[in-house]
Amino acid sequence: MIVKVNGENFSAEKSLNIDELLAAVKADQPEYVTVQLNGEFVERADFPKTFLKDGDEIEFLYFMGGGQLVATDK
Amino acid sequence: MSQLTNEQLERYSRHIILEQVGGKGQKKILSAKVLIIGTGGLGAPAAMYLAAAGVGHIGLVDFDTVDLSNLQRQIIHLTNDVGKAKTQSGRETINAMNPDVQVHAYDEQVTAANIRDIIGDLDYDFIIDGTDNFPAKFLINDACVLMRKPFSHAGIIRFQGQTMTYVPDKSPCYRCVFPKMPPKDAVPTCRQAGVLGVMGGVIGTIQATEALKFVLGIGELLTGYLLTYDALTMTFRKIKIPRNRRCNICGEQPTITELFDYEQPTCSFGR
Repeated sequence: MIVKVNGENFSAEKSLNIDELLAAVKADQPEYVTVQLNGEFVERADFPKTFLKDGDEIEFLYFMGGGQLVATDK
Repeated sequence: MSQLTNEQLERYSRHIILEQVGGKGQKKILSAKVLIIGTGGLGAPAAMYLAAAGVGHIGLVDFDTVDLSNLQRQIIHLTNDVGKAKTQSGRETINAMNPDVQVHAYDEQVTAANIRDIIGDLDYDFIIDGTDNFPAKFLINDACVLMRKPFSHAGIIRFQGQTMTYVPDKSPCYRCVFPKMPPKDAVPTCRQAGVLGVMGGVIGTIQATEALKFVLGIGELLTGYLLTYDALTMTFRKIKIPRNRRCNICGEQPTITELFDYEQPTCSFGR
């Protein structure tokens, strides 16, 4: 499976669901990330049952404040 | 509206020769009313460029005083301003920059109780969120959605920034992307983060650009997109954002119909 995560290629042996992808890319504070799959928001409750396929484009969107509490993707 | 004076024709000549601005556009700028909430990293450069552009009425909202540690990025405040109210310091800088601008200072923190009055005070045309905390960002979004006011959202941290523009009925709002604030006792990392001073300049200036484009009615606003900027890799990404039908304030069945305040998560930061 090769997908694009925030514009960069990511490959995995098998199809992952969104929770697994968040773990695989070691997303910081995955409980607060907003996920878009091919331009549509994915409800948090649907993360486990949303399996990714080749060519999918995923965006992880993060809260960004001005120097206080923050999640980043690194 | 009155004619531009000779001094104004000269001061704004580089605007006026732009086909999309002209004398007519410059007059629109001179009668525009822009509210800047937070005169920090984002709000300072935004306010200065809008002042230089001749925005006739600039509202500055801030409850804080200038701290020495602000000066690395909050360029509207000068060394001699340390200890002064930020709105006062901002007003002095703007007055020195451009006498065409009237500054309206609101020396308070925005809350559910006062934000309608502040935005309604001059019936501002456009609002810039230059705040540094999530409760304020949600409040500004909610107030602008409920009051049907366009605004620019932004955040900066370390070497990253992001911004989006909201226009009523035309674009997703902040809550479409981020439905709710993390509960204050569930924030796993609570730390004071640094920020490269110029980040506010890059993103705050984009916010000012959006305000001017809105006032002039030109170009395409950053509506329906989240622009992200990574200074370390010098990467800008414009991520298309759909409206969220289930958005709890601008969706089909909104559950938020009144303003309310979130509590600021409590963190003890070392200075």
